[in-house]
Amino acid sequence: MYDSGKVIIGLLIFAGIFLFPFLYNHGSPAAKPKPSLDTPAIKALPEKKCVEDTQFMITTHMQFLNNWRDQALRDGNRWYVNKEGKKVWISLQNTCLKCHSNKKEFCNKCHNYAGVDPYCWDCHYDPNGSKL
Amino acid sequence: MAARILFPLAVVLAIVAVALIGGSISFLQPLFSVALLYVAFAIFFFGFMAKVINWAKSPVPFRIPTTAGQEFSLPWIKWAKIDNPSTTGGVLMRMFFEVCLFRSLFRNMRTDLRSGWLIHSPTKWLWLLALGFHYSFLIIAIRHLRLFVHPIPGFVETLDAVDGMFQIGIPPIYLTDITILLCVTGLLIRRLCLPKVRFISLAADYFPLFLILGIVISGLLMRFVFRVDITAVKALANGIVSFHPVVPKGIGAIFFVHLALVCTLIAYFPFSKLMHMGGVFMSPTRNLANTTRMAYHENPWRKPPKFHSYEEYEDMYREYMKEAGLPLERE
Repeated sequence: MYDSGKVIIGLLIFAGIFLFPFLYNHGSPAAKPKPSLDTPAIKALPEKKCVEDTQFMITTHMQFLNNWRDQALRDGNRWYVNKEGKKVWISLQNTCLKCHSNKKEFCNKCHNYAGVDPYCWDCHYDPNGSKL
Repeated sequence: MAARILFPLAVVLAIVAVALIGGSISFLQPLFSVALLYVAFAIFFFGFMAKVINWAKSPVPFRIPTTAGQEFSLPWIKWAKIDNPSTTGGVLMRMFFEVCLFRSLFRNMRTDLRSGWLIHSPTKWLWLLALGFHYSFLIIAIRHLRLFVHPIPGFVETLDAVDGMFQIGIPPIYLTDITILLCVTGLLIRRLCLPKVRFISLAADYFPLFLILGIVISGLLMRFVFRVDITAVKALANGIVSFHPVVPKGIGAIFFVHLALVCTLIAYFPFSKLMHMGGVFMSPTRNLANTTRMAYHENPWRKPPKFHSYEEYEDMYREYMKEAGLPLERE
């Protein structure tokens, strides 16, 4: 190999960049978060059910809440009718956070894990007082 | 000519179809995620190394830098230090401009026949699209680290925030999503629409373009239309780089399409023109100082020649020469 010193330095840099994610975790993955449903309001529910079905809420809640915001604040219509035909009052603080009163144990769990920093809390505050 | 375009397109569509089916069948999901990623990573890593080492084994017997400016000569002739470097510092500058700013594409010229005259004029489209594409791809690749490592390094979070700073839509659209889509489309249009470029374009030129376009489109669809559980995706990616692979339930088929296209790209990487990532550093037309006449360059495979002097010749044939009565220097 010609110019082996320079080539080896280059390959080491390449290997370092490529292997960074493999070395960073030291072979132990972070535990997948389980957002906690352990709040008095949820415990008191006869049937543990969100506004829409769980899988939809897990994957699409952000778009869903964005539509809620537009409907409530831009169209002035605060009633949402879900897929089952049930009417729900549109409000992050009074509807969502009524059951999910544990922002730290619920919202933040997955958001921190996936590195998501939603701007909900630029305007809203958590009425249950957990530090944001 | 059409087969050069349609064949790679068909291959990409076939990959999409296979991944769509494989990703929808739960017992095939480990094959289409964990196995595929490990194989692709291994091919990429070792293939890349092997290719570079193979290149490094080829001797460069003399200096062949492209001389894109006045070479170092007399003190009153202005020397183009970066375009025609004769020092290590100049070469480093030249490599920096080449690797980071694509200087040779910036010099791209178009040639037209205008009212009987052959006119050369500068054209910057290729440079602009290439620069936009490469930096978008780099930023997107770094952003994806948030799904592979935990805790997420600060620079990844910062980059994520800067890239999504306009907060358009939920989830916010990234600037690089828009620029990569525009630039790859532009580069594809360039190949398809410029007759001269189209003439020299091969299937190997279209294939990476279609693949990358497929990756971008599937990624955007996954983010904005067919949502998947991102924590499940992270558990998968994080598990793979930690060598504790798991395949969580409930990841949509679109994710497997995205992953299959990415794996194809990185596995194809070492065997394709994409190796210019390593090759740009290895190209003797860029990384050699123009010291052709300033320094002595010895041919690297040169062996000392075998001389056969007259004395040796005479020693060899002395007997016969004597017999034939030829004159000898030594008896």
